[in-house]
Amino acid sequence: MEDLRPDAVPGGSGSAMEEIVGESINRGLLGAPAEISIAAIETGGEGESSRHKLSLGAKFAIGWMVFVILFAIFAKLGIITWGDPNESFTRCARRGPFSEEGSVSGFLAGCDSNGRNMMARLALGAWSSLYVAIGAIILGFTIGGTLGVIAGYFGGKVDTFLTGLFNIFLSIPGVVLALALVAFLQGSAEQAQDAFLSPELILIIAIGVVSIPLVGRIARASALSWTQREFVLAARSQGAKHRRVIIKEVLPNVLPAIFSISLLGIAIAIVVEGTLAILGVGIKPPTPSWGNIIATDRGNLFTSPHIVFEASMMIFFTVLSLNMLGDVIRSRFDVREGVL
Amino acid sequence: MELTKLIARRAVQLIIVLLFVSFFTFLLVRLLPGDPTDVIIPFGTAAKKAELRSDLGLGKPFFEQYADYLNNVLHGNLGKQYSSGRPVSDLVTQSFPVSIQLMIYAQFLALLFAIPLGIYSAYRAGSRADTTINTTGFALLAIPNFVVALFLSYFVGAQLKWLPTGGYAPGWLDPLFDGTRGADIGEHFNYMLLPAITLALGQIAIYMRLLRSDMIATLQENFISMARSKGISNRRILWRHALRPSSLTLLTVVGLNVGALIGGAVVVEVIFGIPGMGLKITQAIFSREYIELQGYVLVIAVLFVLINFTVDFLYTILDPRIRRGRSAT
Repeated sequence: MEDLRPDAVPGGSGSAMEEIVGESINRGLLGAPAEISIAAIETGGEGESSRHKLSLGAKFAIGWMVFVILFAIFAKLGIITWGDPNESFTRCARRGPFSEEGSVSGFLAGCDSNGRNMMARLALGAWSSLYVAIGAIILGFTIGGTLGVIAGYFGGKVDTFLTGLFNIFLSIPGVVLALALVAFLQGSAEQAQDAFLSPELILIIAIGVVSIPLVGRIARASALSWTQREFVLAARSQGAKHRRVIIKEVLPNVLPAIFSISLLGIAIAIVVEGTLAILGVGIKPPTPSWGNIIATDRGNLFTSPHIVFEASMMIFFTVLSLNMLGDVIRSRFDVREGVL
Repeated sequence: MELTKLIARRAVQLIIVLLFVSFFTFLLVRLLPGDPTDVIIPFGTAAKKAELRSDLGLGKPFFEQYADYLNNVLHGNLGKQYSSGRPVSDLVTQSFPVSIQLMIYAQFLALLFAIPLGIYSAYRAGSRADTTINTTGFALLAIPNFVVALFLSYFVGAQLKWLPTGGYAPGWLDPLFDGTRGADIGEHFNYMLLPAITLALGQIAIYMRLLRSDMIATLQENFISMARSKGISNRRILWRHALRPSSLTLLTVVGLNVGALIGGAVVVEVIFGIPGMGLKITQAIFSREYIELQGYVLVIAVLFVLINFTVDFLYTILDPRIRRGRSAT
């Protein structure tokens, strides 16, 4: 197998991901027996049949994701609602499942410091958090995936150029890059009085741009290894055009890798949205998102911990589930790249 | 001979990346629509705006502006903070050491826990302890930094009152630090401990999993069987024979993770009120100090590129297998 830690990478800069890609491939190159024995250990020697059964964790992850997505969509469409997320109930303010007086009946998850129903806010918060995260990853998936496959398939100068580009973007830490982009886009939107650049869209673009090189690298590494396979050569020798070979032969094989990294990407994007909200540049209140629920009431952690706790738990279980599903896809399609 | 060639090639690549990074930060301010001065100092007087315009070199040809910017940066001139008139380079020299110390403590704590855990779970791969450690690690990866920070400051800081919930005292790297007073450094660590734990927690899981998988591979090697057959104790085999060859990937990732840590440190610094680069970046965004922001982003990116360069290079030198593998292809 070819050494995928490219010598042509300018400055050798990269991400942990690159390193792990390189690491797994180096090991493939140097210690094939070790690779096999790891596989044996990790599957617990149970063999093929167990690989196609879902573990308990994976079932939980699917269940949770279905729940969260329905929770968000139903609240957004008003099918099951918990009332107006911005209506204040004074009698309920700051009271929740953990407060001494207990919840007010009818408010299962309690209320935030303004007496707004937490259930309604968590549900609509799920909508905004997922909307931004999935939007950002679709952007990263499309652009990063396309560029990565092109780089991996054509190789040579195209590859050097695109990998270089990815590396430059990777050389700025994700959160810092997202912050800078949000600041820049917000400044631009105000200046140009641009209604099209809504706060949500700004977040999607900022987080999406950050994810482009991450998806791009994985897509490149995967495309590179599939391009060297015999069936691609066969397709080429039958006179198929590059376009056709990429779409029909390479892409279907690369998709699982991009898809699994995209699930992890959604998880990362949810956390980044939360981080940006804490820093004060996330989704603007009063529209709730998991991040800004935490951001608004983090000062009240001491008096009414349930507010931050509930939103944190939503983030935690969602991120955990997405990580787990990413892992499942990876092991199922035997995607080697990327441990993070 | 071959090594010098490698160094030369890497150095050229490094310079290209640095040029692009500086170009990106340059664009950050220059691409603001309309008149950038309206965005940076919307309420500034005409004289102030004219000053900023000449500072930025607006009106000159685009690439001349970039050349000027680059020239300034190379001379340590990162522009100034417009609200106070202080040079950005001063602000950087103040906040940079704070973040670096936080990063060092976080990495140290992470490795302190990750190495023994990784070794143990590799040694007992497949056992219940291994599964428990791995599951916990997997769960830790899913907890965002800001959640850990909030809950630590709540439970350890506010409830138990063991450590301060926020604030900062200068440490050994800070220019303000007065080394003669022993009490100061204790105070410094008091303030830094919770933020460092917050940052370390996510890293522990990453490092542990990496070390575990490399270690499992190493333990299959012939030289380990050899050591075993000589009757060397398991402890000695694990720490003396297996750890070093297994730790190369780990060390590389420790270096590369600096970027992730800087990102995580932004929110941790804000929550704990530590005056590092992260807090400064956030403040700069809110007060529209785009020039200041540009300075911090540039410094962080350059730091990150340099660290990656060094790590990548050390990796090539330290691991003879990779060097040979490369020259063979």
